[in-house]
Amino acid sequence: MGVFPLVNLSEDRESFILRAEIPGVKSEDLDIQATAKSVSISGERHIPQEEENVSYHRREREGGRFSRAVALSGEINPDKVDAKLEHGVPTLRLPKTEASKAKQIPIMLSQS
Amino acid sequence: MTEPETKALVPKGKQEIVSKAEQTKDGLVFTPDVDILESDREITLLVDMPGVQSRDLKVDLENGVLTLTGDVAPWEGPDEKNILIEYEVGRFYRQFNISEAIDQARIDARLSDGVLRLTLPKVESAIPRKIPVTAG
Repeated sequence: MGVFPLVNLSEDRESFILRAEIPGVKSEDLDIQATAKSVSISGERHIPQEEENVSYHRREREGGRFSRAVALSGEINPDKVDAKLEHGVPTLRLPKTEASKAKQIPIMLSQS
Repeated sequence: MTEPETKALVPKGKQEIVSKAEQTKDGLVFTPDVDILESDREITLLVDMPGVQSRDLKVDLENGVLTLTGDVAPWEGPDEKNILIEYEVGRFYRQFNISEAIDQARIDARLSDGVLRLTLPKVESAIPRKIPVTAG
């Protein structure tokens, strides 16, 4: 399938964060699946039918099915994924496993 | 009117506005997608504004020009690093000329799931009336 929706992927020390813009989609229309190295987001956008006796002057919004999978550069814990949907923007917080977190390496002072 | 269920969505890419007037604020400005529909009693606009919260949305009707402005706050946390950026966020902005007489007091704007539903009721005098013809 296509490349809808467009996504933004970022990371901080603790997790990867995936965001997308899917206006008009309810949480029950979204299907989010995560594995240790990838996450996918799919669903269907419904454009509700309006009343019969209206005439359209413009029709730019489109409905349809979508599916998007993103590979991650590090391992995550798929059981701890947190998904939120706010104002048509789903935000997935994908916590990294301990092994894939960046570690700060302390520099030892050599004793002379 | 019945669209096949299998239709897959493709991204359209956001339309960035290149305006003649200069912006006084930094940031990108995009054109939101709209549906405009009209019935006997009202004009309805459905506007896609993902990420806009109701407090950041302005709807203004003045001298027959409807202006919609919605600001999207940048979402990054303090120590977030971008890996893959496919879309930008900024302001949504669009203007329309409304030729019908609108009852300003009854304009209704609802924002849910990033979609604005704006109902512009026509004034009573602009609603078409059926004139009964009696045989004389």
